[in-house]
Amino acid sequence: MGTIGVTLIRAARRFASSLPVLFGVLVFTFILMRVLPGDPAVFFASGPNAGKEEIEVIRKQLGLNRPMPEQLAIYLYDVGHANLGRSMMTGQPVARDLRERLPASLELTLTALLVALIAAVPLGVLAALRSGSIIDHGVRLFCSLGVCVPTFVSGLLLIYVFYYLLGLAPDPTGRVDVFTTLPPAHTGFLTIDFLLAGDIDGWWAAVHQLMLPALTMALFVIAPLARITRASMLVSLGSDFVRTARSVGLSGWRVVVTYALRNAILPVITISGIVFSTMLGSNVLVEKVFSWPGVASYALDALLVSDYAPVQGFVLLMASIFVVVNLLVDILYGIADPRATVA
Amino acid sequence: MSSIEASSTLRHTAWVLRGNPVTAVAALGAALLMLVGIIGPSFVPYDPIASDVPQALQPPSAMHWAGTDQLGRDVFSRLIVATRLDLAIAVTAVSVSFVIGAVIGSLCGYAGGRLDRAVGRFVDVLMAFPLFVLAMAMVAALGNRVENIVIATAVINLPFYIRFARAEVNIRRNLGWVEAARACGENHLSVVLRFLLPNVLPAMAVQMSLNLGWAILNAAGLSFIGLGIKPPTPEWGIMVAEGARFISTGRWWLVAFPGFALMLAVLCFNLLGDGLRDILDPRMRT
Repeated sequence: MGTIGVTLIRAARRFASSLPVLFGVLVFTFILMRVLPGDPAVFFASGPNAGKEEIEVIRKQLGLNRPMPEQLAIYLYDVGHANLGRSMMTGQPVARDLRERLPASLELTLTALLVALIAAVPLGVLAALRSGSIIDHGVRLFCSLGVCVPTFVSGLLLIYVFYYLLGLAPDPTGRVDVFTTLPPAHTGFLTIDFLLAGDIDGWWAAVHQLMLPALTMALFVIAPLARITRASMLVSLGSDFVRTARSVGLSGWRVVVTYALRNAILPVITISGIVFSTMLGSNVLVEKVFSWPGVASYALDALLVSDYAPVQGFVLLMASIFVVVNLLVDILYGIADPRATVA
Repeated sequence: MSSIEASSTLRHTAWVLRGNPVTAVAALGAALLMLVGIIGPSFVPYDPIASDVPQALQPPSAMHWAGTDQLGRDVFSRLIVATRLDLAIAVTAVSVSFVIGAVIGSLCGYAGGRLDRAVGRFVDVLMAFPLFVLAMAMVAALGNRVENIVIATAVINLPFYIRFARAEVNIRRNLGWVEAARACGENHLSVVLRFLLPNVLPAMAVQMSLNLGWAILNAAGLSFIGLGIKPPTPEWGIMVAEGARFISTGRWWLVAFPGFALMLAVLCFNLLGDGLRDILDPRMRT
């Protein structure tokens, strides 16, 4: 109980200290969006020949005729009441648009992180066990190449190989093809919803559709994860407790997994948190390549037509997720290493 | 720097390069890329923006080494010409944030106090943004021009340099030789600029080489989504974006070659950065 309590207090303190940062993000985004060229009122007026009066009416509706500080105060008040404004592009409240699209982005990013971890941790462990060998160099080469290929290029090349050449992957547009009947949305994660609905064919189709974009994102982040696993495994393998465990005759497998890896996993958790936040933000490119209906492509579309509210909402959402992920990392830290809570 | 010191640095560099041929190759590759960027455009076989529609979408051949695009333009020539623009954007952006970051960061690290806290808060806010999205928003806000890609890339690099310089100066500000400089009557500005900054620069230069690769990816990503550089201009990101439409019909060369160019450039700068770190890291000198 004691350690959990300490962890929670630490997490709460951390959360409180991140509030000013969130506030800064809000204000900064607001100012940035207001210097965007192009008048949204003109854009969303009935047509190119809309009269001056009509544009003025829309400006009034949007509150764009008020002084800037007043607009900011109104915006902050609205955000405080969970009102992120209305998107001119979709005509819906931004909060609702984001809620509908966030599961798509989260499903993609989480799958990608999972794929990356499944590949990176064994690679890192292997490289550390056989450090200096051909395996180690191979892993290093793979990592160096992985961070050099931009996701939009690797995504397209994967489409070429798996869709055009091999015909293994489905048409790379969206989460399912248009003829599939969607399962009732419980979680918004299609792979889970299909399973809940007991629709195995649908589940398989969704998994198929998810595979290439997830692989594309994973390829880009395997490198930092494998590198940190290797570095931290090397430290842990060289330490006294591993030597002791070996000397008392424990099996090699047991020493590596329960002794060395368990102690080497902390930095991997930290980096996973950072990687997750970064992936969620830089999703834009992958979502665009695969026409994935996530939040990032929503924000990009809005940005290109100077629709303020969705972009502000998106950035706020990303910054909040960033804070939440950091908190989760803190809590995981406490679970993985009880000593971390003493400090 | 005395000649003994210089020759020892040279010997050390040579020793490191011998032990680490990858760095030597990366340095050569980076130099070659720079050379292509500078003189390449004068030697290309075809005009990079002249269309030749009957020759459209040809696969690589002896005539067109990297094939032709949907307007019959020679992909190889466009790749070569694009090198200058892509490298110039990355180098300018990283240099700008290097200089600004070094000055702001070292002033904060030296002075501490209110300035340090204010800048620290600002950096925290910047780092809480999804950085690519911040760059997108800035290019959209400032206008769709090449200069603004440079500015956006510089701004998203800035937090790293500020933090780096701040930390490095902060741990040195009370060391003996800094005290000595102050005791000799140097004013604070001169202590920062003439004594502390030169000691921090080498480590920051390594960071710069590592960041160049990231800046290249970033700029190409922005133009891939249609921000910054406008279509007829040859640029790696745009070339991939234009080729994307033809990938599901099997025209791989439109994506693969510019993608390869991007990869090669980033790889060279990354490996060079890693190698430079080995050269500068004092622990390697023993």
